Amino acid sequence: MATLVAPRIVTARTGYDDSYTLARFLATGGYEGLRKALTMFPEDVALEVDEASLLGRGGAGFPAGRKWSMLRKSPVSYLVVNGDESEPATFKDHLLLERDPNGIVEGIIISAYALQVNQVFFFVRGEFALGLERVQHAVNDAYEHGALGSKIFGSDFSLDIVVHPGAGAYICGDETALLEALEGKRGFPRIKPPFFPAVSGLYGEPTVVNNVETMANIPWIVLNGGEAFAALGAGRSKGTRLFALAGRVKNPGVYEVEMVKNTFRDLIYDPALGGGLLDGHTIKAFIPGGVSAPWFGPDLLDTPLGQDEVGEKGSMLGSGSVVVFDDTTCVVRAAWRITKFFARESCGQCTPCREGSGWIERVLYRMEHGGGRVEDLALMLDLCDNIAPGGGWPPQQTTICPLGPSIPSSVTGAISMFRSEFIRHVEGGGCPFD
Amino acid sequence: MTEVKSLVTITVNGRSLEAATGELVIEAAERAGHYVPRFCYHPRMEPVGMCRMCLVEVDGPRGATLQPACYIKVHDGMTVVTDSEKVKKAQDGVLEFLLANHPLDCPVCDKGGECPLQDQTLAHGSGETRFVEEKRHFVKPIEIGELVLLDRERCIQCARCTRFSAEVSGDTEIAFSGRGDQMEVAPSPTEPFDSTFSGNTVQICPVGALTAKPYRFTARPWDLEQVESTCTTCAVGCRVAVQSSGNRLTRVLGVDSEPVNHGWLCDKGRFTLDSIDGNEESLDPLRASTRLREPLVRLNGVLVPTTWGEALARAATMLQDAASTPNGVGAIGGAALTNEGAFAWERFVRGVLASDHLDAQYGDGLDGALLQSLPKATIDEAANARVVVTLTGDLREELPVLFLRLRENFIKRGNALVEFTFASSGLHPLATVSLPVRPGEAHLVAEALTRSEGHLLKGSNVTEAELHETRQLLGESGEGVVFIVGRPNFAEDAGVIEGALRVLAERFTSATFLPALRRSNVMGALDMGLSPKLRPGRAYVDDEGRSTLQQLDALRTGEQKAVLLLGCLLGNVLDVEGASAALRDAVVVVVSGHGGKTLEYADVVLPAAVQHERHGTVTNIEGRVTAVTAKIVAPGSAWSDVAIASELAEECGQSLGLSSEVQCAKIIEESVGYPALSVMNDVSDEGAVVGRTRDRVERRPLDPMAFPGIRSTNTAGLAEFSGAVAEESVTVSPSPASATLSALAVGRGVEVPAFDAYSLVLNISRRLYDHGVAVQGSPALANLIATSTANLNHFDLDRLGLSTGDVVEVSSPTATLNLAVALSDQTPRGTINVAFASLDESGDDVASRTLVDPKSAITQVRLETT
Repeated sequence: MATLVAPRIVTARTGYDDSYTLARFLATGGYEGLRKALTMFPEDVALEVDEASLLGRGGAGFPAGRKWSMLRKSPVSYLVVNGDESEPATFKDHLLLERDPNGIVEGIIISAYALQVNQVFFFVRGEFALGLERVQHAVNDAYEHGALGSKIFGSDFSLDIVVHPGAGAYICGDETALLEALEGKRGFPRIKPPFFPAVSGLYGEPTVVNNVETMANIPWIVLNGGEAFAALGAGRSKGTRLFALAGRVKNPGVYEVEMVKNTFRDLIYDPALGGGLLDGHTIKAFIPGGVSAPWFGPDLLDTPLGQDEVGEKGSMLGSGSVVVFDDTTCVVRAAWRITKFFARESCGQCTPCREGSGWIERVLYRMEHGGGRVEDLALMLDLCDNIAPGGGWPPQQTTICPLGPSIPSSVTGAISMFRSEFIRHVEGGGCPFD
Repeated sequence: MTEVKSLVTITVNGRSLEAATGELVIEAAERAGHYVPRFCYHPRMEPVGMCRMCLVEVDGPRGATLQPACYIKVHDGMTVVTDSEKVKKAQDGVLEFLLANHPLDCPVCDKGGECPLQDQTLAHGSGETRFVEEKRHFVKPIEIGELVLLDRERCIQCARCTRFSAEVSGDTEIAFSGRGDQMEVAPSPTEPFDSTFSGNTVQICPVGALTAKPYRFTARPWDLEQVESTCTTCAVGCRVAVQSSGNRLTRVLGVDSEPVNHGWLCDKGRFTLDSIDGNEESLDPLRASTRLREPLVRLNGVLVPTTWGEALARAATMLQDAASTPNGVGAIGGAALTNEGAFAWERFVRGVLASDHLDAQYGDGLDGALLQSLPKATIDEAANARVVVTLTGDLREELPVLFLRLRENFIKRGNALVEFTFASSGLHPLATVSLPVRPGEAHLVAEALTRSEGHLLKGSNVTEAELHETRQLLGESGEGVVFIVGRPNFAEDAGVIEGALRVLAERFTSATFLPALRRSNVMGALDMGLSPKLRPGRAYVDDEGRSTLQQLDALRTGEQKAVLLLGCLLGNVLDVEGASAALRDAVVVVVSGHGGKTLEYADVVLPAAVQHERHGTVTNIEGRVTAVTAKIVAPGSAWSDVAIASELAEECGQSLGLSSEVQCAKIIEESVGYPALSVMNDVSDEGAVVGRTRDRVERRPLDPMAFPGIRSTNTAGLAEFSGAVAEESVTVSPSPASATLSALAVGRGVEVPAFDAYSLVLNISRRLYDHGVAVQGSPALANLIATSTANLNHFDLDRLGLSTGDVVEVSSPTATLNLAVALSDQTPRGTINVAFASLDESGDDVASRTLVDPKSAITQVRLETT
């Protein structure tokens, strides 16, 4: 049974029908964290976040406090908030943007105060029409309410937020591609070094890039203290985290659960959460952290929902998306669909990603539609090896950004776990699930 | 550039070597003999790390990982492996990926035989393809500009072309669009790719995706022969590889010359080949595109072909007859000659005809003695100068590769540009300060800059704030400042700019100057004494020689009887009517490679070899002497100028003692110390700058990946001919010294008539594609010729109630013509700009010039709506 004693930190008010309005926000403790933060020294706010050991919720899981402290030596020019959530089956930020935009804005203002930044760019996925509307509304309300603009709540701190809609490229979720797009350029990830936008970010200035969910955690941490946050979870993974559960389960949706204290089995099967698989079906495999992550078999269901705990088993919590496959799922089609996504979204810069994704996608499509050859399996594995040499985890990469090494995750996973199903596609001249 | 760089020690494939801090791994490894394969990397552009072909193993905190050698910089103790199994697999993998969607249509591809992708595949590829899927398809070549075609199926997305455009030339007409393996180089939906520099993208394309219309399907690379030479289409002096198939010129490629062009060329220099050997059907001597193949003499009023003997005899008699009257003969032109050709003609005119009336410029340049008296800057110095001040026409149009070199200075190094803005210019957007100077005002603005404050003539557009900022940049003595000086306006007396030049040189004594005279070897011609005030070796003589404009006056009055034209006259002068009148009753001997309207007045025409048909040396704007090499044989019985001058002298009963170009260069060097022979003989391709210690620049080894198509740059110039030097002695009188600024009278005052703030003053400036010989003779460039428009600032347009496209009647004291109006906000208020030798609706290139009042220092015009 799941351990569901932890407070709801980022979804505290999402249950109200009017959760996105300023009125509901203020009625549920809105801007209290900000008011408290403004009474503290900025360094002390940053220290609370550092003590909370909050890992960034964007996918890479870099400690937010450390990201901030890397910048203390020199002044930060910009805070950029990444709301470009675009991966298939990943929809946790989507919920926050639509249901609690004010909470995100409050987190942003506090973070900007801690970093002493006066300009924030909030990059929101362009397809999130409703989310964009509500975020912009929340920002406008904040200005009217005195929480944004000059001299916030009478303090000496001033801040502006510009909401910038993305133009429909998944790659702009990569922070350096996002910065290029913000600068008005084509969304190409930047070459490294410099490794961090903290060194040279937007317009060449020191920049912090944080995820939406990371921001949403900040008000609670300031109000309740970093220690209280760090008391939740275990190991390196503290606090709660949003999981977007999708696939063949009874109750797909977004769930906030305490980290490490719960396992994938809890998330998928607890009646208060996923509620188990659809009646009459059994689990075949699941993706633990978005379509970039290597697949897990049912034998790993008891892995705790923790960053290192999943990492040790050879995958990642990534974007917080969990996709469940059952006995009706064709793994060739699943791998093809995921690869097709990467082939479509590869920015086109690096040859292995650009050409490799399209090539593998075409092989999988052929196989799914009856043209498969046994040698295609070795071919695909070798092509994957040429994109991410060695096949280890975390992957080695031949490309500028991690999109390239994301391609092999599903392909090599599917082939190694379900080789016989591939062979059945070849021998049967098509998909046995059709 | 004496940048002191500290050294670090790195290990490449087990051997340690020293590298400069900040050096790229790919460069350091290559120096140590470990060539790393690459496609997107280009030594003249910022690395992008896109193709991933250059992956090598680099030791780091996570152990040895694959890193792209093209953008990883060396650090002390770095360990690099370029030849491990892991590296090889990664590189082979990348190559296989690149070939996956490549059409492999090598047999019908122009790049086949010199293709980096083909070469790498041959060296590293597997020979078998594992790709059995349908390849990506695009519509086969699409025309993206006047000169360039794009085959997107062949493209390997290396971003060389898009990077060149964005980074080097600053053009935005091509960019990537689409994603994944559908990503394509896409032309702008609205603007054609008609960049002045579009040919460079074709040259650096590592596959056959970009092809140039003039070269497309004309040859196979292995059939081409090559010489290295210098482009003389303008005076920048870009080093080029000239290639021909048999005796037909096929292609010119930019050579990576460190001090000059960095491998780049402009499209005019690259694509003007047809004007040399592409008009074989054209026989009309009055057409500029016609190559003259045999000597012509006028018989019964008609030019008829004749023998060299007959033509030389006629010319000798006529010129000598005229020379028997004092001041009866002179010579005009010669800026398109080699130094040797210019020297030979100088010897002929001064020595045989005993005349001091000779001038290589057409009244459209600057005083040669004044230029030679100034402290000089090199192109490289200008491209690194703290402050560059331009008093020229639009460099992008006049000296395009100088524009590229300067652009880099402002974009990459962030140095300052002060622009005397006379009309629109490519550098204008990069100017730190733009001084909007009206015609007839430059010397006054210059003078204002020499004072600590104030002093501008009333009604000027230049503000006190702009003057102040410029003074700050120039500093006390002009230390670190390079002035680039040319002729921004042919409708303005040269005295205006010469006056400005004098004022600035006297005040900013630490500053240096780079002349921006445009016409091919004009600097060499002046150095060889084709100037009324200069003798060979830049020696100043204060005698009574006539300039071109003075000779034309003397011809009109009958004081001068005959003129020797070294090149056609009428296409180059402003006052075409006045020049025609001067030639009408005179004896006219023309030595030219091309025909032209001038020949209507010729009595004898002697056909000469032109660029790519002759050996010798030329001198560029910075005074750099480099070798030019013949690639093809001149048509018909055309001779080199050295031969023509020598034979004509013999016919006059005297000997110039110049039996060959090499002999001529030898005499130039021995008599006046000018580095002609040493440049011809030496394999050092960058030549020598006159008056400076020869700085031998070691050329980086030719990388066929960076410069595909160029075979080898290690040609020895004319070394193979030097053994044949005849030991003849010729006495040349010892040269006087070159002039000092204070000794010269030039630039000491020009009378500019007063104009009020509301009048319009004429500016005639050059465009790259004017109706000159190089463009007229090259069908590929014909559609790019500028059309005549009246270009005005929007303030003036508003004031006059005009908008773009309106046709107005433009009246000057000399002419009235109808022109369409165009908006040009860089043109200062009160100035009206018209392009020189642009074409009006009837295809006439002269009409716009008739507006210029030759009797006044500036020309004021009136506009009336029609």
